[in-house]
Amino acid sequence: MSTISELGTKVFPTWCPGCGNFGIWAAFKSAAASQGWDNTNTQITAGIGCHGHIVNFVKLNSFEGLHGRAIPVASGIKYANNKLNVFVFTGDGDCIGEGGNHFLHACRRNPNITVLLHNNNIYGLTTGQTSPTTSHGFKSKTTPFGNFDEPLSPVSLAISSGATFVARCYSNDIKKLTELMIAANNHPGMAIIDILQPCITYNNECTASFFKENIYDLPADYDPTNKVAAFQKSLEWGAKQIPVGLIYKENRPTAEQEFSENGDVSIVTNSLKTRDISELLAKLK
Amino acid sequence: MPKSKVSSIKIGGQAGQGVKTSGIYFSKIASRSGYNIYNYIEYPSLIKGGHNVIQTTFSVDDVFSQIKEVNFLIALDQNTIEVHKDELISGAGVLYENEGKIDASSVGDKCKLFPVPLHKIAQEVGGAEIVANTVAMGATVYLMGGNLQHLLDLIHEDFSKSKPELVTINQKAAQAGFDYAKTNFPDGFDKLLAQVANTTPKILLNGNESVGLGAIAAGLQFISMYPMSPVSNLLNFLAENQKKYGYIVKQVEDEISAINMSIGASYAGARSMTSTSGGGFCLMTEGYGLAGMTEVPLVIVEGMRGGPATGLPTWSEQGDLRFVLHASQGEFPRIVLAAGDAKEAFYLTMVAFNLSEKYQTPVVVLIDKNICDHDQTFQVFDYSAYQVNRGKLVLDKLDEYNRYALTSDGVSPRTVPGSGNYFITNSDEHDEEGFDSEEISHRNSQMSKRLSKLSTCAQVDMPKPLIFGPESADITIVSWGSTKGPILESLKNFNNVNYLHLNWISPFPVEQVKDILTKSKYLLDIECNSSAQLAGLIKEHTGIDILDRLLKNDGRPFYPEEISAKINSILNRQ
Repeated sequence: MSTISELGTKVFPTWCPGCGNFGIWAAFKSAAASQGWDNTNTQITAGIGCHGHIVNFVKLNSFEGLHGRAIPVASGIKYANNKLNVFVFTGDGDCIGEGGNHFLHACRRNPNITVLLHNNNIYGLTTGQTSPTTSHGFKSKTTPFGNFDEPLSPVSLAISSGATFVARCYSNDIKKLTELMIAANNHPGMAIIDILQPCITYNNECTASFFKENIYDLPADYDPTNKVAAFQKSLEWGAKQIPVGLIYKENRPTAEQEFSENGDVSIVTNSLKTRDISELLAKLK
Repeated sequence: MPKSKVSSIKIGGQAGQGVKTSGIYFSKIASRSGYNIYNYIEYPSLIKGGHNVIQTTFSVDDVFSQIKEVNFLIALDQNTIEVHKDELISGAGVLYENEGKIDASSVGDKCKLFPVPLHKIAQEVGGAEIVANTVAMGATVYLMGGNLQHLLDLIHEDFSKSKPELVTINQKAAQAGFDYAKTNFPDGFDKLLAQVANTTPKILLNGNESVGLGAIAAGLQFISMYPMSPVSNLLNFLAENQKKYGYIVKQVEDEISAINMSIGASYAGARSMTSTSGGGFCLMTEGYGLAGMTEVPLVIVEGMRGGPATGLPTWSEQGDLRFVLHASQGEFPRIVLAAGDAKEAFYLTMVAFNLSEKYQTPVVVLIDKNICDHDQTFQVFDYSAYQVNRGKLVLDKLDEYNRYALTSDGVSPRTVPGSGNYFITNSDEHDEEGFDSEEISHRNSQMSKRLSKLSTCAQVDMPKPLIFGPESADITIVSWGSTKGPILESLKNFNNVNYLHLNWISPFPVEQVKDILTKSKYLLDIECNSSAQLAGLIKEHTGIDILDRLLKNDGRPFYPEEISAKINSILNRQ
């Protein structure tokens, strides 16, 4: 169990002042402190992009791997030790671009991990190129005449691929984001939070004020268990038309349950010994 | 010592006619009768149709490879006669379907013909067309003076659990084939399957099975993999046995996921591996470097086939030696072992797991299609001396812990998430704790720490290279991988030729290789690639130029006859 200040490290974040990553960082530390996520029970993985620097700023065991590959690494960790809370920090380019195939297949496998998608609709670390979620017509360094491609919705993609907990939140709504992170971790299965975040340096469209003006909370009577309705909801985007909150939820066996009925897998042991294979050898005679 | 007779039988037909099953039956009958076996399989990349052939080479002495000459041919289709008639020696036997389906007249007078109504007999015993191959096997056992009981036992072992209704039909088919041959060809053929007295039971297996067995024995806990010829059967073998031995096998969406997931599992503390062929390893290369940079143990079994791109999917090549030595950007310790046959693949896989954990770096075990698919008999593997070595793995909470602490051997203590120890595992260059750092001092100290592991490994773990044949010789052959088999088979004909077999590629046994190669009058490099990759590596490490080379890259293995001819051409220079 650590306090919020104990969850800090020797390094202070290098993100631009005003970056949405600060909200995500604050919400995660707040959730961790309240839930007792510490180095006896929690693991974070990250991809490459501005989001990935977070491994340096949170004092929890972390694995910063390759661009787009955080989900397979997290899945491997979870298969090996299901006792851990496993979080994936990823970005729109990392998760939907470079790692799109892993995202789809993880959704259908349903590992009991939480994916925190830092979605700023732009490539920040490479200084301002379009991402898979950049809007049509957007002018960036690589699309000086306007983005020709249509954007992908991570929420639609997650629901249609079989994810079992799909939410959206605004990065600077720290209270709500904290609650959703806790709910996502408590959900037994693949949980995704599409976190809308402003990139104050390279995205002059999806700004803090844009998000503040256009997001709306799902009504209290919204039913997140209706998959078709949730998918329709995921297609909403535009003026005053960006729903936030828990959009879809279902219960399905987790990926780890393939190897243990109650999903309680921990193959980490210090007493690994040579196995006796004489029975298999005898079959070869 | 006089050389014992080496014989070979070839069974050919279309994919789906049970060619491989028949070959395995024949080789197990021969093995149980006291003979040593090497099976050679050719098949195209498709499921039905096409030409499939299996050749069993057998002898009371060790046999190491396929040979060119065929003593007995079983033709399940016309194509088999046409493709293989020129390989038949004078006096060879040919067994084939005689109900008008196959015309064997083109083999000429040199062969003894054994027409058998395979399909008619199959139908009479109540079996489907596929049983025709069992009829052929029963007839072959009679013709070669073999023990039918071995075949009946094999059928029982094969079907009694999975499809018991097929036991009786197949046993009847075998008996009927045996009886037909006895009635119609009472004199039989050469007694090539006569029971040898005092035999100890051996095992018959291929490289996919031996790598799987080695991994299970070595304590494998996790493998994620994407199927690819020629290592798909490794995935199948491990999947089948996972529950019994308590490890996890996960087929995933692609090779990139396969290597990253196995890195994740290894990082969390599971003994992990992945496997693929060259094309899949192309996709894995970034992950290969990730394991090197983050210092996560990982075993990668790379089964080579003809490249580049899709290349020759069901044929062999030794084209990836340089690739695995240099794959992925930048520099990190790459340990590369290369097995010469299924037995070496078993032991090297076990060694690879210990090396990967001891040095916290990826270890590649190179095999190839010939090793993956070709069955060979061996004495039952003895792995009693093996001890799992997990290196500097710490599961307890430590007072002070730095993941990338600088040490004299280059290896830092490794711990796992959940232990209570705080650490960052980082693909960015980092300081000793694991935090991102681009400082010159951190870059230099971490790079030299990682790279020093290879020299530590060379000093502590690398064995002397293997030499077969006399210590001093007129010709020293140098090679690696599955060319070992035909080289050893050829060596049976010479007493002045020896063979340096290299199965540790990185680190490389520089001094020993230099020492051995300077003793011989002639050096001959043999490889299944076009650029003599090993010869180049030897030149790089020792300065020695190997001028005589025997190379091929058509996907086919060397035959001992080709190697003997090359040796003779060099000896005749004197």
